[in-house]
Amino acid sequence: MTKPIRTRLEILGKKLGMTQYFNQEGDAIPVTVLELAENIVTEIKTPVKHGYAAVQIGANIKKDKHLNKPKLGNLKKKNLPNFGFLKEYRVQPAELESYKIGEPVDSSKILNPNDLVDVSGISIGKGFQGMVKLYNKRRGPKSHGSKSYRQPGSIGAHTFPGRVLPGKKMPSRMGNENVTVRNLKVIEFDKSKKLLLVRGAVPGVEGTLLTIRPAIKKWNP
Amino acid sequence: MNPKITELISKNIKKELHNIHVGDTVKVTVRIKEGTKERSQNYEGTIIKIKGGGLNKTFTVRRVFQGVGVERVFFLHSPKIEKVEVLRSGKSRRAKLYYLRERAGKATKLKENLFASQAASLPKEVIPEEGKLVEVTP
Repeated sequence: MTKPIRTRLEILGKKLGMTQYFNQEGDAIPVTVLELAENIVTEIKTPVKHGYAAVQIGANIKKDKHLNKPKLGNLKKKNLPNFGFLKEYRVQPAELESYKIGEPVDSSKILNPNDLVDVSGISIGKGFQGMVKLYNKRRGPKSHGSKSYRQPGSIGAHTFPGRVLPGKKMPSRMGNENVTVRNLKVIEFDKSKKLLLVRGAVPGVEGTLLTIRPAIKKWNP
Repeated sequence: MNPKITELISKNIKKELHNIHVGDTVKVTVRIKEGTKERSQNYEGTIIKIKGGGLNKTFTVRRVFQGVGVERVFFLHSPKIEKVEVLRSGKSRRAKLYYLRERAGKATKLKENLFASQAASLPKEVIPEEGKLVEVTP
């Protein structure tokens, strides 16, 4: 028995920054402003030809010299702009007919006010961090002769197993990894300016490329 | 801030800014919702702090009610605020009047800024358009 494929519409956008917004009741709510990318369909993968149904979309238009020859040739052949970023998402085979190469994805399906979305992106890099910041470990005492202020503590037993177990949490680089924030409420969507306002914070610095999807809890009611 | 955000929030920023200063005694008319009904409520006191900029600008109004100091923070650009009426302009040499918290009674009264209160009643300055003659009244 095959598992049903998870199909979720995906659109790409850019984080512009945070501000606040006064709703109809007059309450100030914190919002993040996202600018939607071009989201033009660059390729359609069919079960007959590729073995699965998927749609590839592009964002982040670049100059000719900033793309390598294979990518450039692929896009030029289809008469598409120079997308620096391509992303693919699975769809149901029956839905494929509604997509056409060179046309933007219909984002109005998920971006209505009060809809919930999941937003993924690369988080801000925090550098090499210790156990306290990275894994919320507790620090040692600051006084009474203690010197283990922010030490990692014991990392395992002695003779048995005589080694550090794989996967042991240690101080390491923090951030700069893919993070998803779930169930952000859409506050407003300006279709002409392609500006999307969601309640709350999203990962990454301003200018980060983000993936916006319908909230997973809503996906399969 | 990104210019696109500045443009986006510019529609929420009130064009006619309330001309308020630290030290002013003001009457703030706030809209409050009770169930489905909406009504206005006045709140009177001294401005002890103006903070932030742009859409995030707030001001704090302090009053002593039944012997208890009350401070309310308002968003200047909030649609909840109907109007801010300056009852009296106080003279202040500080940007933040936190010292009023330690004072009671008459000591909390600020000297009146006569210049500011007079200036408000003066007719507005006329900026003549280029190439036009303006009648000047002595």
